[in-house]
Amino acid sequence: VTFLADVVDWFTDGAHWRGPDGIPTLTRNHLQVSFAALAVAAAIAAPIGTVLGHRGRGGVVAINLANLFRAVPTYALLVLAVQLTGISAPSGFGWTGSFQAFLALGALGIPPILANSYLSIREVGPELTDAARGMGMRERDVLWRVELPNAIALQLTGLRTAMVAIVATATLASFTGYPTLALPIARGLAVGDDVRVFAGATLVALLAVAVDGLLAAAGRRVIPKPLRHRPARLARAA
Amino acid sequence: VVLRGLVDAASPVAANGPGSWLWWEWIPDHADAIRANLVEHIVLTGWSVLFGVVIAAPLAVLARRRRATRGALVAVANVLYTLPSVAVLGILFPIFGLERRTAVIALTAYTLAILVRAMLDGLDSVAPEVLDAADGMGYSRGARLFRVELPLAAPAILTGIRQATVSTIGLVTVTFIVSQGGLGRFIAESYRRDFRTPLTVATVLSFALAVAADLMLVFVGRIALPWKRVERP
Repeated sequence: VTFLADVVDWFTDGAHWRGPDGIPTLTRNHLQVSFAALAVAAAIAAPIGTVLGHRGRGGVVAINLANLFRAVPTYALLVLAVQLTGISAPSGFGWTGSFQAFLALGALGIPPILANSYLSIREVGPELTDAARGMGMRERDVLWRVELPNAIALQLTGLRTAMVAIVATATLASFTGYPTLALPIARGLAVGDDVRVFAGATLVALLAVAVDGLLAAAGRRVIPKPLRHRPARLARAA
Repeated sequence: VVLRGLVDAASPVAANGPGSWLWWEWIPDHADAIRANLVEHIVLTGWSVLFGVVIAAPLAVLARRRRATRGALVAVANVLYTLPSVAVLGILFPIFGLERRTAVIALTAYTLAILVRAMLDGLDSVAPEVLDAADGMGYSRGARLFRVELPLAAPAILTGIRQATVSTIGLVTVTFIVSQGGLGRFIAESYRRDFRTPLTVATVLSFALAVAADLMLVFVGRIALPWKRVERP
């Protein structure tokens, strides 16, 4: 009980809500690098996956790539990015929060988005695309007006899967030089401060659940109404 | 030798010295540490997947009896999947300390998230007419589960186990924050010391371990489940 009271005290201490190591700044850093990485990963992977899916080619490569990538330790990826880019970030990348963390997180986000994009288009049944072609639609219209609207639920699943991994790995950036919301965990562990570690862990857990919930809610709004009854299954298909 | 040439060519710093990506002399000098960390990596993965299977199996079987329980179990599994391991480790640390059990519990939570879903999906994939046939032949509920449902669900469950194993092998490195980490210890060392060889060694070994474990599980599947070729995930 004393422990939980200490945790509450930690949260109500105004000093933990101010300055460069304050909870608001850390949250902003965490979200900034995560969303920057997700946006760039999606901009690269979603179009490629979609076109591959439309052509029905290269899917085996995309899916195997995603599976293989799961075997790469995310922590190694972060340290690798730190080693590759040295200490200073190139100018013009201030919006990423931390260029090194951004590189690692972006790379991490590409395979699940690529695989889910590909699968999302492949899952649209031939009865729909054949009918569209039979009606005289051009290939671009088949893609834009038939395949993509039907595929959007799965496309979003890919984004969510990628974001779960990105937000989780962004916590590790606190251990490799970029202060994210896990900074209290890193600092607390270094000095054996149970309360700080626990408080930081609670914050990170809440953030992860909140971001995932946000993407899920946003996803439901984007899906065309007639298709909303379909559950967004095939999660983590790749 | 070819690999060595490639690595040296890719190295922007000294061809083969302490500053390169892979300093070969470091490896024999640290053979004991490499072996110890690799073993720790395998042990952490092994316990976590084992506990995951042992806990997820009864939960999945029980949850299927009632819709509400099932929904609750899936919801819990989804939250577990969303939680970053660093957060789970941080929540467990005040209770369990810088010990192996902290790492195993956190990793088990993660394998559970994957395995519960895989087991439910596997059991769902058994066709209802097969179940009707089993009932008609007079199978008891338990016999039907063990002799009909589980064998038919096994390939999907194995796919889940493969996924859980490969993901866990990558995730073990994170447990360095509670003074565990297997090969992750080398990665932490690389970051702190600005010395790249341990990072390269840990990444390559961890990746190789994941691929080897996956192939081994496929092989086990071929032998243990001869009635159906194991599906790719």
